[in-house]
Amino acid sequence: MTVLPQTDILTVNQLKAGFGKVEVLKGINLKVREHEVVALIGPSGCGKSTFLRCLNRLHEETEGAWIEGEILLRDKSLLGRGQDPVEIRSQIGMVFQKPNPFPGMSIFENVSAGLKLRGIRKKSVLENAVESALKQAALWDEVKDKLKAPGTSLSGGQQQRLCIARALAIRPPIVLMDEPTSALDPISTAKIEELIHVLKKDVTIVIVTHNMQQAARISDQTAFFLLGELVETGLTTQIFTTPKDSRTEAYVTGRFG
Amino acid sequence: MKSQTPIFVRVSFRRKVKNFLMLFLIASLSGVALVPLFLVFYHVVKSGFPALSWNFFTSLPAPVGEPGGGMGNALVGSLIILGLASLIAIPLGIFGGIYLSEYGKGKFAASVRFVVDLLTSVPSIVTGLFIYAMVVAPMKSYSAWAGALAYAFMMLPVMMKTTEEILKLMPDHVREAGLALGLSRWKMILFIVLRGSRPAIVTAVLISIARVAGETAPLLFTAFGNRFWLDGLSEPAPNLPTQIYSYAISPFEQWHQQAWAGAFLLLLMVFVVNLFARAYVYRAGGRK
Repeated sequence: MTVLPQTDILTVNQLKAGFGKVEVLKGINLKVREHEVVALIGPSGCGKSTFLRCLNRLHEETEGAWIEGEILLRDKSLLGRGQDPVEIRSQIGMVFQKPNPFPGMSIFENVSAGLKLRGIRKKSVLENAVESALKQAALWDEVKDKLKAPGTSLSGGQQQRLCIARALAIRPPIVLMDEPTSALDPISTAKIEELIHVLKKDVTIVIVTHNMQQAARISDQTAFFLLGELVETGLTTQIFTTPKDSRTEAYVTGRFG
Repeated sequence: MKSQTPIFVRVSFRRKVKNFLMLFLIASLSGVALVPLFLVFYHVVKSGFPALSWNFFTSLPAPVGEPGGGMGNALVGSLIILGLASLIAIPLGIFGGIYLSEYGKGKFAASVRFVVDLLTSVPSIVTGLFIYAMVVAPMKSYSAWAGALAYAFMMLPVMMKTTEEILKLMPDHVREAGLALGLSRWKMILFIVLRGSRPAIVTAVLISIARVAGETAPLLFTAFGNRFWLDGLSEPAPNLPTQIYSYAISPFEQWHQQAWAGAFLLLLMVFVVNLFARAYVYRAGGRK
């Protein structure tokens, strides 16, 4: 696809993670360059969502979860003992599989929640942030006249873009997406995919997807996970046309998974 | 073809008759279930409404033999006792419920949950006696405080339990979305989970108030009752339930009427509170 910029924004070294005695990730190494879209593909249960949730340390919110290894955001370690997950999550936003606007909050309140709960009260600052986040998420034109309407009153696809706007409003350099379109219809999916293309200018995106066409369409780098291991990673075009590993080939050609 | 049609029609007719009979059965049984409710309502309104007057709301009980008089003091006393009880039980109950729902995992939480379940089924007379022993006896006086504590003691486990149940309805991915925004856990719980559950919590609060508002037993040995205006929270406190009780068992016809009017008033209070709960849910439902 495009020529990749060279700076690494995320570096993952020998990442192991799991729950109790179960090891879900068995030593993952991956580099993510700035302004790149990285697609994580692989069959269900291969650990790609767990991997994603390690990056913003949401993984450890589950009882019995553990992480080992190293994750670097630029040159700052994310897993060190002194690292505050709350601080890390302001740098790494996340969009979930199911659209999950905050219940009982208007569209405006949803997008401004991250800023407001950080103590930013000034109305003009919040209004600007909400407007630019909604524009970035390509939702502004549809909701600008009903910012006071409840977030949950929007359609599924709009709700998902609202969640993207909510994540963008605190201006994280990285956004993680965990199968963001799996609950959406084809048209909404296409809108989100377009959006990802545009967002690349501003943020780095790591996206989990079950849909290989989607990975091929939107990503620069593709990483293929299988049974907790990273089998192969490389340029998306290379992974889908000339995979080096026979398991990758079998998966991307649809012979299993 | 022709020979098949009648069979089909017959089966379908039988099905329709059965369907109608079942529907009739269900409808009439729910009608039967409503009968006692309407009887109570009808009786209280019929006997209580005529005795209601402006005086009834504003004045003190009249001495035996004198006409007129009211339950103004009891109404005010009841509201004060309920208010105090709510101030104690609602915050504690909500925070306890938050603990159970958001943090309560280990053995301690399990035992708290068990105790809460037990407390919800403590008979109200036992609650009254308990507060008598713990508060009234050492203070050597019945008091509004004691009555409020007895009510609070009844409201607390209900509030905790319902808050826990309500918060558990919030899907986990909403919590994760809050955490993923870089919010600390307590902010996420207070400003996203609790706030998102506000309509349900408000309803739970109103219903728990309405639930205890008519309880008599916990007040018998705590607030006790009083024929005058409430004179400080450490004094025996007039209140509707005990007033109704003492009037109803009195031998005087006039007091019986007043008891009916009091009962009507109590019913009206519970009704209004429930109405508010409904209206709030309805309004909040539109905002969902």
